[in-house]
Amino acid sequence: MEVNIWIFILLSLIKVIVVTVLLLMCVAYTVLLERKLVGRIQNRWGPSRVGPFGLLQPLVDGLKLFLKEEIDPEVVYRPLFILAPIISLGCALLSISMIPFGPDITWHGVQLFQISDVNIGLLILLAIGSIGVYGTALSGWSSNNKYSLLGALRASSQVISYELALGLSLVGVVLRSQSFRLRDIVAVQSTHGFLSWNFFGGFQFIAFFIYITAAYAEAGRAPFDLPEAETELVAGYHTEYSSMKFAMFFMAEYAHMITIGCIATLLFFGGWSSPFANWLPPFGGVVLQSLMAIFWFIVKVFFFLFLFVWVRGTLPRLRYDQLMNFGWRFLMPVAILNIVGTSLWLALRAQ
Amino acid sequence: MHLVLFIIFGGLCVAGALNLLFQRHPINAALSLIVVMSSLAVLYLLLGAEFLAAAQVIVYSGAIMVLFTFVIMLLNAGREDRTHGSKAAYLVGIPGAAALFATLVYIFLSYRTQLGGASIGNYLVTTSDLSRVLFRDLLLPFEVTSVLILVAVLGAVVLARKEH
Amino acid sequence: MVPIYYYLILSAILFSIGVGAFLIKRNIISVFMSIELMLNAVNLTFVAFAHHWHQVSGQIFVFFVMVVAAAEAAVGLAIIIAIFRTRATLDVDRIDLMKL
Repeated sequence: MEVNIWIFILLSLIKVIVVTVLLLMCVAYTVLLERKLVGRIQNRWGPSRVGPFGLLQPLVDGLKLFLKEEIDPEVVYRPLFILAPIISLGCALLSISMIPFGPDITWHGVQLFQISDVNIGLLILLAIGSIGVYGTALSGWSSNNKYSLLGALRASSQVISYELALGLSLVGVVLRSQSFRLRDIVAVQSTHGFLSWNFFGGFQFIAFFIYITAAYAEAGRAPFDLPEAETELVAGYHTEYSSMKFAMFFMAEYAHMITIGCIATLLFFGGWSSPFANWLPPFGGVVLQSLMAIFWFIVKVFFFLFLFVWVRGTLPRLRYDQLMNFGWRFLMPVAILNIVGTSLWLALRAQ
Repeated sequence: MHLVLFIIFGGLCVAGALNLLFQRHPINAALSLIVVMSSLAVLYLLLGAEFLAAAQVIVYSGAIMVLFTFVIMLLNAGREDRTHGSKAAYLVGIPGAAALFATLVYIFLSYRTQLGGASIGNYLVTTSDLSRVLFRDLLLPFEVTSVLILVAVLGAVVLARKEH
Repeated sequence: MVPIYYYLILSAILFSIGVGAFLIKRNIISVFMSIELMLNAVNLTFVAFAHHWHQVSGQIFVFFVMVVAAAEAAVGLAIIIAIFRTRATLDVDRIDLMKL
């Protein structure tokens, strides 16, 4: 089918805008979710004054951050000081462009539920993740502040160390689906309901635990939040930031969480496929089915966001040497063993 | 389309490289090198090397350059001093670089009729093509590089360790 | 369509800038970075020729160059840290004695 280039560009633009706005909304409400849940875990209410159940809290928070005075310390290295939060937020938002949210439905030659469908989608996600370090590293360096610099050094060494385990943990998944394309990876997992998910039927649960641990470290979330450990480093790399620039780091962190949730869903929990797909007779038209697919996707991502908050509310922060030991001496060898095991299993099954 | 992308990212490459040449602060030089490497990744995509493009960003911009910025931050490297440097570098080196450039361009231009063109999509090396060659025909070199990496890691640990 | 020699000339430009930077730069880290720039320029030629001859081996070579560059960066930066520890400078003009 011949695709009109202008319609293609227009539809793609609309898609990008819709996804970005939705993602930013999700970021705002993830913050609320986290505050509510952590409140519950610590036996208090969490935000409850603004709107019913505190539902308008994100709007007020955003307004507050916008209206705060922007303080630029005198000794910062300005170009990088401004560039750093832009890199952080840019990378966090960019990775959502590879994520497929629903089944492969095209309209006027444009895929409805994915911004761009690339052969090497998984690799590009890894690449964007590895560029994201510069946001933290440069912010700490350009702040010209001891605590920020220590935070930045911790962040970059932590991310380099855990990136290895993260990349290796994904190899098992790629071996099983024989493709880096995220849609193919989901297609392999949607044949027999939840039994064919990589987590259960693919025997990738070890890989999943490695991935989720390494991803927490990459995002700098508890228990790996050493780069911004309040008790040691004031606020780590973003000590000198205020107002909108701080908000950008903040949004980047939560957008990163959402992306990690999406990737974990796609790679290990069957993406948008329903847990009992083939056992129920198909019902409804195309519209209802794709809505159901998106429903399952959102449920799974929500589960991962919940897990993020739960872990933060439960586990204490690691010490720096513990962090390095855990990453290099435990996660890496286990990830390599998982690759060997998976390839043996696949080779034996293929015979 | 291809030409437009080539001009944009090729221009970014040259601008980044020139910035590397003229910046006196190592961290700015490192950042402009990251720009060069990332735009090279886009050029690789245009040439149909999709796995290499991803590897370029992951390995070069995401790992090697992070190491560089890490060391710059760790040693707190400031602006370069304007020392004289060696006379030979300026007297022989710069004309030498220019002569090298002129020779290369002359050779490439004189063979330009025999070299074809590249357009998007007419040649694509998928990851499986690449891995088939890498793990069947070139398995031994691949394994040897892993030994090289091991030696490099050990060497780096020994060199950077504090002496007692 | 873009002729292959555009890519080759681009890589020649990058390589020559790398050579120039290698000679002009006085900070040892910057000198090291200009070596990386030269390696990248050569990689571009490899990929361009791989496209021209429709041969995968050109790309494989780039792959090996990346591996070697990574090993080189690890060792080189370790050497730079060791130098900084003993001499407290990164200026190549001041690191010209074999003996302390």
